Amino acid sequence: MNRQRHEVLAKTMLQTTAFFSIAAVLLIIVFVFCEGLPALREVGLLSFVFGGIWQPMQGQFGIWPMLVGSVYLTLGAILIGVPFGVGCAILLAEFAPQKLVRIIRPAVELLAGIPSVIYGFFGLMILVPLLRELFGGTGFSLLAGSLILGIMILPTVMTVSEDAIRAVPKSYKMASLALGATHWQTVYKVILPAAKSGIIAAVVLGMGRAIGETMAVIMITGNVPIVPDSILAPIRTLTGNIAIEMGYAAGLHQQALFATGIILFMLIFVLTGLANLVRWKGAKH
Amino acid sequence: MLIAPKYKPLIFLSLLLLVWGAVAIFAPGSNSAKKAQFIAFTAAGSTSVQPIVEMLAQEYMAAHRNIRINVQGGGSSSGVKAAQTGTAELGMASRELKESEKGLWEFILAYDGIAVVVHPTNTVSDLSLEQIEKIFSGEISNWSQVGGPDAAINVINREAGSGTRSAFEEIVLNGKNFVEDAIIQGSTGSVKTSVAMDPNAIGYVSLASLDDLVKTLLIDQVAATNDNISNKTYPIARPFILMAKAKPTGAVAEFLAWLESDEATQILIEEGLVPVK
Repeated sequence: MNRQRHEVLAKTMLQTTAFFSIAAVLLIIVFVFCEGLPALREVGLLSFVFGGIWQPMQGQFGIWPMLVGSVYLTLGAILIGVPFGVGCAILLAEFAPQKLVRIIRPAVELLAGIPSVIYGFFGLMILVPLLRELFGGTGFSLLAGSLILGIMILPTVMTVSEDAIRAVPKSYKMASLALGATHWQTVYKVILPAAKSGIIAAVVLGMGRAIGETMAVIMITGNVPIVPDSILAPIRTLTGNIAIEMGYAAGLHQQALFATGIILFMLIFVLTGLANLVRWKGAKH
Repeated sequence: MLIAPKYKPLIFLSLLLLVWGAVAIFAPGSNSAKKAQFIAFTAAGSTSVQPIVEMLAQEYMAAHRNIRINVQGGGSSSGVKAAQTGTAELGMASRELKESEKGLWEFILAYDGIAVVVHPTNTVSDLSLEQIEKIFSGEISNWSQVGGPDAAINVINREAGSGTRSAFEEIVLNGKNFVEDAIIQGSTGSVKTSVAMDPNAIGYVSLASLDDLVKTLLIDQVAATNDNISNKTYPIARPFILMAKAKPTGAVAEFLAWLESDEATQILIEEGLVPVK
């Protein structure tokens, strides 16, 4: 009888914790929408999202440059982080001897433990001056942000891809090798296609990290609210827009920053939705 | 339960603490029972002055439990209006009063000075206010146009809403807009770091945060020092003014007197302002 009571107690407690996590998410969403919707109504959804000029002090609220900035930066980070991350994963799962695995994996995983402000500081002190020396301009750029974010998403992409590759049944590999394929041919033609949906999941997770990253980004991208015309141009992201101006914003300006948050929410929904669609289609074949 | 018996007292203790905490938070405080007589007054106006007066008021109220000071924003002009109509006991402005606004009793709280900074290796060390206006509005874009080397000027600006930015805009830009593609940094510290890292950068920071990382420019041959700001020879500065309809008396006057104390002056200095004396 006592045992039964404990069972019920444990179940209730677990349910409560689950309820609190869901409540937290809902509360945040409701809060952001409540704070941001007045600005969307005032400015108009279309002129807010597609407006090219952000001058809050003059009452101009257009976040198109930031939307473009966020998308470009995320693509840039994926372009740099994914080849390296997946490459690392293949090496660890297929080619590297145990000794090497024991060195490489913790080293890359350590990257995940470095606070983003440290990445930003590194970018500001090393990468930005380096880019300035090499290419001229200010150095604060889409390229700087992409490079740093690419490194930041490496551990996520690598660990998830490695799991996906290791999850491919051994029999696939054996069959391929038995047919006379080399190890690399087997990896390229059999294992990677079989692990495709897991690798796409890795990319989606990396993307989520990249689009939400704020601190490192505002330190190295220059935060100029203009649509960039090259990878060496400075950009401002949606998260950066909120973080950099929240301190002093009041009234409509503050609401517009919350509205930026709403658009960021939607962008993340759309991007993860698209990625899931690709993954789902991939899984069907 | 799966908890070892030796932990049971611990769990009991933490539950007890939780309950005690909840009671402490939600129960009405015992000291609110004796209703004290509050003297309340309002300060309203400039959003640049607002945070500093808020801070001062908090410090003052902590020592004077019977005083309630409400600090509101609204802008310098509405602060003048509030003082004129008496809707607020104190108006706050972050600029000199215009001729049309005179006739109020004025109290200068402090001066707010902004320094224009460049990389320590920059050969330019003196600019006119007009040259600075042209650099920050984008009309001058090369250091050679102001006597420096042939290199593009990298302008570092603050984010919209920053008090330093709006002060700089008001005093220097004469109604022009900032150059559009200037790098934006979100704090005085990151402006300083950006300028310290880039030989061709120019930026502006509040006077109190100056150090050897960057080189401070002379403006029209006047150095950015506290003395030059309080004797009004350094141009990029503005007064923080409190005003009232007539010379205040009673609690308001006591608060104003406290604003001249060492304790208040210390807070002003910590916030990067230049005290009057």
